[in-house]
Parts: sequence; structure tokens; C-alpha cells
Amino acid sequence: MTSDIAAILAIDGIATGAVYALVAIGTVLIFTVTRVIFIPFGDIAAFTALTLAALDAKRFPGTGALVVVLACLATLIEIISLIRNGDIRLLPRALLFYLAIPLAVVGIAWLAMRTDPPLAVRLVLALMLITPIAPLLDRIVFRPIADGTVLLLLTVSVALHFALVGLGLLFFGPEGVRTEPLTSFSTEFAGVLISGQTMLIVIAALVFSGLLYLFFDFTLVGKSLRATAVNRTGSRLMGIRPARAGTIAYLLGSLMAGVSGILIAPVNTVFYDSGFLIGLKAFVGAIVGGMTSYPGAAIGAVGVGILESFASFQSSALKDVIVFSLLIPILIWRSLASLHSEEEIEE
Amino acid sequence: MSRMFSMTDVTVCYDNVEAVRNVSLSVDEGQIVTVIGPNGAGKTTLLMAAIGLLASRGSMVFRGSDIRKMSVEDRVEHRLCLVPEKRELFSDMSVADNLLLGSYSLRDRSGVQKTLDEVYDRFPRLRERQRQAAGTLSGGERQMLALGRALMAKPALLMLDEPSLGLAPLIVREIFRTIASLRDLGVSILLVEQNARAALETADYGYVLETGEIVQSGPAKDLIHDPRLITAYLGGH
Repeated sequence: MTSDIAAILAIDGIATGAVYALVAIGTVLIFTVTRVIFIPFGDIAAFTALTLAALDAKRFPGTGALVVVLACLATLIEIISLIRNGDIRLLPRALLFYLAIPLAVVGIAWLAMRTDPPLAVRLVLALMLITPIAPLLDRIVFRPIADGTVLLLLTVSVALHFALVGLGLLFFGPEGVRTEPLTSFSTEFAGVLISGQTMLIVIAALVFSGLLYLFFDFTLVGKSLRATAVNRTGSRLMGIRPARAGTIAYLLGSLMAGVSGILIAPVNTVFYDSGFLIGLKAFVGAIVGGMTSYPGAAIGAVGVGILESFASFQSSALKDVIVFSLLIPILIWRSLASLHSEEEIEE
Repeated sequence: MSRMFSMTDVTVCYDNVEAVRNVSLSVDEGQIVTVIGPNGAGKTTLLMAAIGLLASRGSMVFRGSDIRKMSVEDRVEHRLCLVPEKRELFSDMSVADNLLLGSYSLRDRSGVQKTLDEVYDRFPRLRERQRQAAGTLSGGERQMLALGRALMAKPALLMLDEPSLGLAPLIVREIFRTIASLRDLGVSILLVEQNARAALETADYGYVLETGEIVQSGPAKDLIHDPRLITAYLGGH
């Protein structure tokens, strides 16, 4: 391997890693706030790519129907739960959040599609359509078992991933898609050609991580999410509702996954079931950060991207084996290095 | 003086074991009420039920509203606050952020900065350490932070679970002085303590809880001279 090839592989790896980093940060965010290892995160990213491709082809994406079905289910479950708890006064709010807003999003996207919108609007529409999915899934699937063990939540999360893959096939069909590049710009750095798309991926990852950092450090809602992650009982005693914190985490996480889906769509062909590998590789990155550290997850994810890039050069067939083999030494290192917190010991 | 909080015939079960049985007690506005008793008597369980972290039977009325079916978060929004035995601080976050989160339940955010200044005036040590992570504070400072954080929510009734637990005698005195001074703010207090003497010296009224039941109650100044209590809890003969 020459140094030129190594540089190209490294840049390619950093770009792929940046996409994984967005998903990994979202995974850590949701895990720390809700204790759910949200395996279907990669599916959300893949669905965003498929949604954007449908919008590009001037077709209304299957995501619309998926959101409507999930919104109706979530509303039904919320109404039953409110009736059971005798909280009927909260019905208007439930109808607004679980039915009216998701349906309005679908309605806006449907109307906007009639006007043949430019690419920027299509990007926003794709993100708008994708963001309600995870919070609605949270209401339908995870909220009723919120007090379950992490293992139970993980098992359900895996099952949900398979359900979503099935729904993906139903709503998007079996064809793979690749969207047009967001920019045709390219530049040369130290003799290596860097595409604008690659730069865009890295910049987007940096910007969104930066925005998340500002949100966590400078807003009360951001701090309340951190508090829920650090100490669930303590945050409840401050009046912070874990369910609401969870919804915000799912919204933000979906946005991150959506952005990564948009970024990856022009680079890779995305199928309805492509999400699993994206999610799993991001998960490996998140594990590097112990599932609790955002910088750790981002660094881990970029590391996974670089390793994958070099592994695919050495042996394309074995690249996934090499990446996932990384989990074993990382888990051994983490289990030796981690200090168990008081809370864990008490549990 | 109007009734701030009352619980009537409250029973709390862990699985099928009754940890607290038919307990009735009340706190009037501006009053400091203490519940004393030995380890394992059910004192913490009682407060956990009062804040809604544990399910209970019986009635609970706070400022005229039946709160038994309310969630923890709704009770906090009604200004019923608990400083738990374990403090439950956000250890990775700064002192200032911990205090700010104390005010999370307040809809009217205009007075938050003023309340924060008042808390810093009350606990100057917290002002000095406002940028420090809560997990790095000493035991006494952690208790001050837990108290300060609860005060940020402008509580009408503040429930304190063993505020002196694990603290040096000098700090304990300071904490109890602070608790007594909260009366001037118009905050009612329900204080659960193993340090019976300090609790009765601070409180207006006291209850004695043994094996999940109230066995004695009365004005704190009477209980402190009660021969049975002196033998059992106040270290006398």
C-alpha cells in the first residue's frame, strides 16, 4: 500500500466514520436517557435515504403511510392509557402530539410535493417525515415497558428492527436507491482528491455534534436530558418527566440518523434493509465510549469507519468480520477499565 | 394555621409485606414536623410514598388537593419536594447546573435568578464551588447542594430524609440551623431523622414511628422530655 492509497482510504474512512458518528451519538443519547439500545437507528437512516430518493423521483414516499399508521397506533395506545389512569384531561394534548402533528407533517410533505420543490426543500421534507417515527415507536413499543431491564429493552429493540425491515420492504419496495450528490465540488489536498460530498459529510457531522453540545450545555431542556441520563430518580424529583425527556431524545436522535441517511445516500446504494449494518457499526463506535460518552462514541465511530475502509481494501469480503471482531478487545478493555457506578452496584 | 399536608391511614407494601401501616400525620403551614424512629421503622418508605415514588393505600391531601394518584412530577409541580436520603444529585454536572435544574418545575422563570442568588447567599460555599462537579463535593457540601436544589423549586412543603446522615457533628449543627431558618421563608418541613435530639430541638411537632406504625406523637418540646423516648432515642437513662 502506497502512502497515496493510505491517504485516500483514510479520507474515505473518516467520511464513513462521520456518518457512523452521527448515528452513534444518537444511539448514546437515547441509551443514556431511556436505557434503550435503539437498534433500529440504522433503519431510520436508511429510511431517510429511501424517502429522499422517492422525493427526488417525484413520488410520495412510503414514509408518509408509515407515519400515519404509527400515529394512529400511538394515539390509540395513549388514549387507552389515559382512560386507564383516569387522566382524560390530557386527551387534547395527546391528540395534538400523537395524531395532529404527525398527520400535519405528512400533509405538509404531500402538499409540498405538488409544487415540485427544489433539493433543499426535499431534504427538509425527508427529515420532517422521518423524525416522528422513532418518538412514535417509543410510545407504542418502549413506553409500556419503560421500567423493564436493559436486556428486555434490547431484546424488544432487536425485534423492532426486524419489524421495521419488514415494514421497509412493504412501504419502500426491494429496489436499492442512490441519490444525486449534494454537491459536485471537489478539491485537491496534498495530492489527494477530496470530493465535496466527503467534505460535506465531515462538516455536517461536526456541525450537528457542535449543535448538540450547545443544546446540552446551554439550554434547560438539554440539561434536563443530561440529568435524566445521570440520575433518573433525581431528575424525577426535580419534576423532569422521563417519558418527555425520552421523546426529546428520540426526536434529536432521529434527526441525527436522518442527516446521516441523507449524507450516505449519494455515496452508497441504500436498500430497505441497509440500516442494520449502519446501526451496528455505529453501535460498535458507541461501545468505545462506553455507551455514555459522546466524544468517545464519535471517536470510536470514526475509528470504525477508518478500519472498515482499510479492511475493505485488504479484503473486501472480510471487512465486516474485521470491524465486528473489534468488539471483542473493546469489550474486554471496557470491562477491565470501567469503574462500576454506585447506581449499578445498588441495582 | 391552615393544613398544608395530611396523610390518613396510609399503608405502603413491598410485595406483600407492609412496611408502613395505617399511618396518619399532618403538617400545618409554616410548621416543622419530624418523624423519628429506629433504623428500618419505615421512615424513608413513608416519604417515598408521600412523593409518589412508592404506591400506597389511604388518603394524601396536599394544599387541599388529593395527590395520591398524582405522578411524582405533578406533585413536584404542586411544590411538594423531597430531599432524599441518598441526595440523588447529578454528580457529573456542575453545582450551578444542579441548582438550575432544581427550578425545572417552575413555569414562571422570571424569579429563578433571584432565587439562585438567595440560595448562594444562604450557602456561600456553593457559590464558591458553582463550577465544580457535584460528585467532587464533600458530604456536607453535597447536603447543602441537595437542600439548595430543593429550595430552587420554591417548595411549599419540603420533605427531608435523614439530612444529617453521615455528616460531621459541626456540619450537622449547621444543617439543622439552616432547616430551622427555612421556617422564616414560609416553607413547611417534614423532617425524617434518626438523630432524634437534633430533630426534636428543631421541630414544632413530632411523631415516633416504630415497625411501620406511629406509636407516639405530640409537641416536640414535650416529646424531648418524655422518659420513654429519652431512654429509647435520646441517649438518656
